[in-house]
Amino acid sequence: MKSMNIILSAFRALQRNKMRSFLTMLGIIIGVAAVIAMLAIGQGAEYSVKQQINALGTNVLIVFPGSQQSGGLRMGAGTMTTLTEDDAGAIGKECPAVAFVSPGTRAGGQVIAGNLNWSTAVEGTGADYLEIRKWTIEYGDFYSDQDVKSASKVCILGKTVADVLFPDASPVGQNVRIRNVPFRVIGVLAKKGQNAMGQDQDDIILAPYTTVLRRLSHFPYLRQILISATSPANIPVAESQVRDLLRMRHKIAEYDGDDFTIRNQSDIAETATATTEILTILLASIASVSLLVGGIGIMNIMLVSVTERTREIGIRMSVGARGRDILTQFLIEALVLSLLGGIIGILLGVGGSSAISAFAKWPTIITAFSIILSFGFSIAIGIFFGFYPARKAALLNPIDALRYE
Amino acid sequence: MSSQDGTPLIRIEHLTKNYQLGDIEVHALRGVSLEIRRGEFAAIMGASGSGKSTFMNIIGCLDKPTKGTYVLEDIDVSGLSRDELAQIRNSKIGFVFQGFNLLSRTSALENVELPLLYCAMSNKERKQRALDALALVGLGDRVHHYPNQLSGGQQQRVAIARALVNRPSIVLADEPTGNLDSRTSVEVMGIFQELNERGITLVIVTHEPDIAQFAKRHIVFRDGRIRSDRVNSTPRVASEVLKELPVIDDEEEEAA
Repeated sequence: MKSMNIILSAFRALQRNKMRSFLTMLGIIIGVAAVIAMLAIGQGAEYSVKQQINALGTNVLIVFPGSQQSGGLRMGAGTMTTLTEDDAGAIGKECPAVAFVSPGTRAGGQVIAGNLNWSTAVEGTGADYLEIRKWTIEYGDFYSDQDVKSASKVCILGKTVADVLFPDASPVGQNVRIRNVPFRVIGVLAKKGQNAMGQDQDDIILAPYTTVLRRLSHFPYLRQILISATSPANIPVAESQVRDLLRMRHKIAEYDGDDFTIRNQSDIAETATATTEILTILLASIASVSLLVGGIGIMNIMLVSVTERTREIGIRMSVGARGRDILTQFLIEALVLSLLGGIIGILLGVGGSSAISAFAKWPTIITAFSIILSFGFSIAIGIFFGFYPARKAALLNPIDALRYE
Repeated sequence: MSSQDGTPLIRIEHLTKNYQLGDIEVHALRGVSLEIRRGEFAAIMGASGSGKSTFMNIIGCLDKPTKGTYVLEDIDVSGLSRDELAQIRNSKIGFVFQGFNLLSRTSALENVELPLLYCAMSNKERKQRALDALALVGLGDRVHHYPNQLSGGQQQRVAIARALVNRPSIVLADEPTGNLDSRTSVEVMGIFQELNERGITLVIVTHEPDIAQFAKRHIVFRDGRIRSDRVNSTPRVASEVLKELPVIDDEEEEAA
């Protein structure tokens, strides 16, 4: 009952100086709105950077066989004959953090189409290869699981190969001969350009790995297994699941090293995410400076208010208000200012962020966290910056306060 | 000392109050002993600097004595804390000030309700008691007026209603007529006399002898001591004095 009265009289006191109360709140409004909008922009940027990195295929793991050793001579990575098709199948079935698996092998050779020829690499892959590499077909179709299982003699041309071998016509439906084995072209890959090392990624032919193994390389082991984790965050999980599975399948004793290598590109993703996270923190801390300034504004106005209303404080004390009644009254006034400012600021910040998304086409994300954070901040600011003026009021001597002109 | 009937409400013994003003110690009160009984109407008089305001602040529990005892209704007030004194002011004392000391931009009703905000009471009861107090001082029809819409006399009556609303043991008035013209002063004193007849104990501080004439007891302070304390056996009666004064149109006064 009593505290309700105090809250009511705080509202009334603020109503008496509507303009001043509003201007004081404006500091908090702008501060909270800025924090919310900046967090929204920062998190939006973070999200879109993550999306773009995902599009690069950074949740990809590649398993290579280990190196062969004969005598003292080590033969280099990928020389050991340990990865089998069954390994790849088991990874797909038994590792929950793995989304797609594509067994891989490679063969080089001369490709002939009509009177033109070209030397290129033939990549043997599974049907999910494009999913993993985030690659697309420009026209035609990709080969299916069925094609892979039955080792169909079909192939997909990279853009460069297609341009060289079929400069005038569409290659789809045509035949090419790779090392004298005829393949039917069923699709052409979209242009991907150079990789980070300057190599032309479009100078390639894709074919079912089964076909490549049996018809071209005549080698029963895989060169690599391409794996995509369910999400970039799951890369380490997927990696350990794959490692455990392969060690078990290869019956490696606990004290022996792996007979395979797993590589990933997650460090690229981590760097990029960390960069945008820093950006978000930077934006938010700049915005919170304005929140701080808003808080100082509240303290300033409350100090003015205490001085201005010294007589009122004296009157209240003379009729029996205790120090803590006065403290509560002024603290609540400060809290009402900052809370109201906080609420309006949240609305403004949310509205502003949507406006930024709508007009500037910037991605913005408003999280419950940013709203709770700035709301909590404005309460804390009200208490922190309201306490000193309120205490000053509460400690006034009633006689001096009554005499104050 | 007093011939007034009733039990002692205030008992003060050897009260001293010293102030430190820079290097100089000011002896505002130098040993005051006094008893005030229920139902009294006392006027405290004296020149400025005689210690009467300091005395008033102490019996009003706004200030603490340096030495001596002050017992209000069997409670030794001289040793209480700030918060306990606030409690005493809230429940036992009503103040009327020279400058009215009403909250501006706050209606007469809310001003009168103010003391009741600091004690547990339902909104309904609080409002009823405030309305009753305003009716008692003859302002039943102005409860929603703001102080700046009221004349000086009316403002002082709001202040008196505020002093009465918590049903105090004693009402203290510090120069209650200091800001009022002579006719309004007499009117206000008339209200005090009426209240006193209803049994309310009153102590007023004034330096105007003709205002003091309305009280039943005169206590004169000089240099921090009581110089004289005597019964006024023939107090002026406000209602009779008013008849002799030239009548001023109330409405006209308000409009001005």
